[in-house]
Amino acid sequence: MNPNTPSKLEKILRAGHLAVTSECGPPRGSDAAHIVHKAELIKNHVDAINITDNQTSVCRLCSLAACIRLKLMGLEPVLQMVVRDRNRIALQSDILGAASFDIHNVLCLSGDHQRFGDSAQGQNVFDLDSMQLIQTVRRMRDEGKFLGGDAIGRPPRMFVGAAANPFADPFEIRVPRLAKKAAAGAEFIQTQCIYNIEKFERWMEGVRERGLHERVFILAGVTPLKSAGMARYMKTKVPGMDVPDEVVKRMAGTPKDKQAEEGITICVESIQRLKDVKGVAGFHIMAIEWEERVPGIVERAGLYPRPALN
Amino acid sequence: MIVAERKPIEEIIEQVKDVRSLLVLGCNECVTVCEAGGKKEVGVLASALRMVFLQQAREVNVGERTLERQCDTEYLEELRDAIDQYDAVVSLACGVGIQFTAEKYPSKPVYPGVNTSFMGATQERGVWVERCQGCGGCILARTGAVCPVARCAKRLFNGPCGGSTDGKCEISKDVDCAWQLIINRLKALNRLQDYETLAPIKDWSTDRAGGPRKVVREDLRS
Repeated sequence: MNPNTPSKLEKILRAGHLAVTSECGPPRGSDAAHIVHKAELIKNHVDAINITDNQTSVCRLCSLAACIRLKLMGLEPVLQMVVRDRNRIALQSDILGAASFDIHNVLCLSGDHQRFGDSAQGQNVFDLDSMQLIQTVRRMRDEGKFLGGDAIGRPPRMFVGAAANPFADPFEIRVPRLAKKAAAGAEFIQTQCIYNIEKFERWMEGVRERGLHERVFILAGVTPLKSAGMARYMKTKVPGMDVPDEVVKRMAGTPKDKQAEEGITICVESIQRLKDVKGVAGFHIMAIEWEERVPGIVERAGLYPRPALN
Repeated sequence: MIVAERKPIEEIIEQVKDVRSLLVLGCNECVTVCEAGGKKEVGVLASALRMVFLQQAREVNVGERTLERQCDTEYLEELRDAIDQYDAVVSLACGVGIQFTAEKYPSKPVYPGVNTSFMGATQERGVWVERCQGCGGCILARTGAVCPVARCAKRLFNGPCGGSTDGKCEISKDVDCAWQLIINRLKALNRLQDYETLAPIKDWSTDRAGGPRKVVREDLRS
């Protein structure tokens, strides 16, 4: 199938390779060296790099500027955009700004509620929701039109992604919700971190029953655990996260100085197992403030070298 | 109804620190039902203020009155003869009543005695919950009569988000996930298939976003 956009990520997926993406969180300051350094650590081991958008509602350097930094380094950024902070004017404007730098991937998200961050007293926007942002980017790209109906000069050419969380409730709606995102125009999906592989497999069964894996590329999300404490925190404190007891036990049963290694091993094993799940088109490795470990995970999981495109 | 909460008395005292007489003005409608600004609360606040003024050795005349409605100029007219006895009014009505009182008596300072919270209802004695934000474009037909604008913390039209856990919202275990409720209702109505219909982008011009709103019925105007 011919690609819809110049996105390298899209080309790799359409060529049938297992794609590998990772992500970097921008700094809480204006020092660009921070993001450049993180990108340098992972650039040879991933196909594209997500830049998070004020994740957990903590104010940071903006996703768009950080994506431009990556683009200037010759890398392939995925612009994460949450609908929490910007109305339809700002969202469309930022999409055009990104397109002006030939940023070719966007991930459309709702965003964590501001209650979790450093601005709990702030207003939120939610003019559009994440589904509607997907529709908006597709309209801008495919019809060359703003939501208001006017024509766009040089429309954006973005490969459009969305998130899916198979572990949030109610479970029965999680496949239909993916179907909705596909219908809205999502072309790739990056999932929530997978620790409960059985549940993910059950979700994928439902996805395949409806043929959704043939309509969207599903990148399985993984996050290496740094410690037993982190496993417990993810299990109990992060909404919509499912860390089974055996994972927590395995981390807790490992001596403290070896827990980080064990976390990496669990992550590599997860990828190996997820490779066998039909419909998984790649991996999204979210190594939170642990980018230096991404290359090792990619290599041990047998995903290196990355495919070269002509 | 419009639900309000009593303001901390310190804040009210600060507002009226320079007056020598004041009228505590209640309203017999919503704020009576939510026990924030009816006749009973007028009495409680007036007594508390008298105590404070006594402690401060200030002579302040504190009057009490509760109108049928403060959001109705006809009832506000009943104050006409008494209003000049007071330097100021502390209104325990909602924000609408406070402003209508001030509009009726342009030279009289009117201070809020409550924080107006939301449009809602009594869930149980002492608990009031929000149900409507008055967005001006009701979509309850699509969502099984559960409002995502008022009840989803992200007002998602195509929820639930990835933070929905055991029927609760990501912001708090004390908050129901509106989309869980919507799905429950759609199931009960045998309409779960409707879930997959994409909700169109909302026209917020009928909401606060469009500026102050007004409903005009030409057929009723004289």
